[in-house]
Amino acid sequence: MKREPFFWITVSCGLVIMAFILLPLIELMTAPSLAMLKETIKDKDVVRSIWLSIYTAGLAALISFILGTPLAYLLARSNFRGKRLVEGIIDLPIAIPHPVVGIAILSVAGKNHWIGQVFSELGIRVMGSVTGIVMVLTFVGIPFYLNATKNGFESISPRLEKVSRSLGASMFSTFFRITFPLAWRSMLIGIIMCCARAISEFGAVVIVAYHPMIAPVMIYERFEAYGLKYSQPIAVWLVSVCLALFLVLRILTIRNPRQV
Amino acid sequence: MITVQGVNISLPEFNLIDINLSIGESEFFILMGPTGAGKTVLLEAMAGLVPIRSGKIFIGERDVTTLPPEKRDISLVYQDYALFPHLTVLENITYGLHFHRIDKAQSEVMLTRLLEILNLHHLQERLPTNLSGGEKQRVSLARALMVEPRVLLLDEPLSALDPAFREEVRNAIKRLHQSSNATFLMVTHDFAEALSLARRAAVMNNGRIEQVGSIEDIFQRPSSTFVADFVGMKNLFAARFKGTKAVVHSLEIELGREPSNSNGYIAIRPEDIVISREAIASSMRNSFKGAVTGIFDQGFYYEVHVRAGEVTFKSLITKRSVFELQLREGNDVFVSFKSTAIHNF
Repeated sequence: MKREPFFWITVSCGLVIMAFILLPLIELMTAPSLAMLKETIKDKDVVRSIWLSIYTAGLAALISFILGTPLAYLLARSNFRGKRLVEGIIDLPIAIPHPVVGIAILSVAGKNHWIGQVFSELGIRVMGSVTGIVMVLTFVGIPFYLNATKNGFESISPRLEKVSRSLGASMFSTFFRITFPLAWRSMLIGIIMCCARAISEFGAVVIVAYHPMIAPVMIYERFEAYGLKYSQPIAVWLVSVCLALFLVLRILTIRNPRQV
Repeated sequence: MITVQGVNISLPEFNLIDINLSIGESEFFILMGPTGAGKTVLLEAMAGLVPIRSGKIFIGERDVTTLPPEKRDISLVYQDYALFPHLTVLENITYGLHFHRIDKAQSEVMLTRLLEILNLHHLQERLPTNLSGGEKQRVSLARALMVEPRVLLLDEPLSALDPAFREEVRNAIKRLHQSSNATFLMVTHDFAEALSLARRAAVMNNGRIEQVGSIEDIFQRPSSTFVADFVGMKNLFAARFKGTKAVVHSLEIELGREPSNSNGYIAIRPEDIVISREAIASSMRNSFKGAVTGIFDQGFYYEVHVRAGEVTFKSLITKRSVFELQLREGNDVFVSFKSTAIHNF
């Protein structure tokens, strides 16, 4: 059968996009020599910055999970006035330019704001600290967790919860026995999205905390000081570690005998 | 047993207005009405899943109006089964036991009985995705009854099933009702279902209850034009079945088939009953002589009541036929209908 021109347009656009995404990445991943990669990973600063990136992103995801899950449930299950507004506010961090996020957080956590003063009374330092980094990463990552988890809750029929209630389960029991087991896959996807977004953050972090150095800041520093060749190996290591982590998480989600 | 007093419900898209119902201990009660009449909302309000604005709900002597769903002793069966997809059939059925203090030996007996009545023994370890519609609904029934509720609410439990399974699940529901003490309240818009399961029913429309009463009353003495239109099948008679014949008072009506029950009902749609001046020779097996007792203008049609023996047949005929037959009250006529036009339950 002869294909229509429309079909060929869709295919060629697809190919252009694939090439656009994959070519630079492949080029990046294959640029550094093995010797160079080996040498880079021996650099304690590099290892420290990659580890810092991963665990601050993980903490941001954990905070999103703990605080975000109840809100996601509320948004999925109830209709109230101002719900659209709340949803809009949740999406704000996605739309705001990254350096602005950093500046905004500093303006609340800095010395000139009462919250910043309370923080400093309590001995919590935001500027140039791990606390500050986690704060920024949570800010940029939480919308992704909320949206994925909300969609997960929405896809579960409220009737399952109603039946559970009628069979004697309280709302808490219903959540832990029915809703959570059916939604955890979406939550995990939310956590992965939140982590991925957090690990890739540069602009907001660099304003709040240049030091301690997360991997994207270090890549930038090496690029500024020594050029492309010296920044590439760190980038390769960061991308590889992240890909490996996400792959493991995805495999964990697939290997469940009780597919829903 | 379950009493609903002056209940009003306001939902964004929908209102229930002044609902009053009283259903007896261990009764099987039917709730009928067109789509969007508010049947599901009423059921969920009884179960405590929809907030009510005013009114009261009692189960037995207990006022449950302010109780949460888990404290009401009401189980639910939905049209779409609502089985927990991550739990096996057995885990689904025994789910409610986590929250009830039921003696272990007693619940074992209950489980065995339900698996037996609903024929679920061989499916215990399966997940719901691998079940047919009929099997799913049987699991959902077992799950609802496992906690020995005082009231079982069934929301169109047969509507989503293939006709082949419908009969089987209907019979299962009937057996379950006979063998349990629970009050059953079922939503349906299938009259055959209603008649084969229950004695009393209510008809709902537009958020209100239009009529409550015995099913025979609702069919034969509809209290509003809505109910009359809705039930449609106006000729409903209690009958004794003898071979292939149904005996209604002194009339013997040929069914052309042998019913499995000995006592039940027959129903005939009014448009299936033909009226003539002379006995007509045709394939119609049933023809009775009677007298016209009433002629009512229904717009395009006339409803003609003919009394034959102690039975009043209601027939719908066109204006032209009334004119051509020169029908008047008191006229002697024949009513005839095919045996295939008779529904028996």
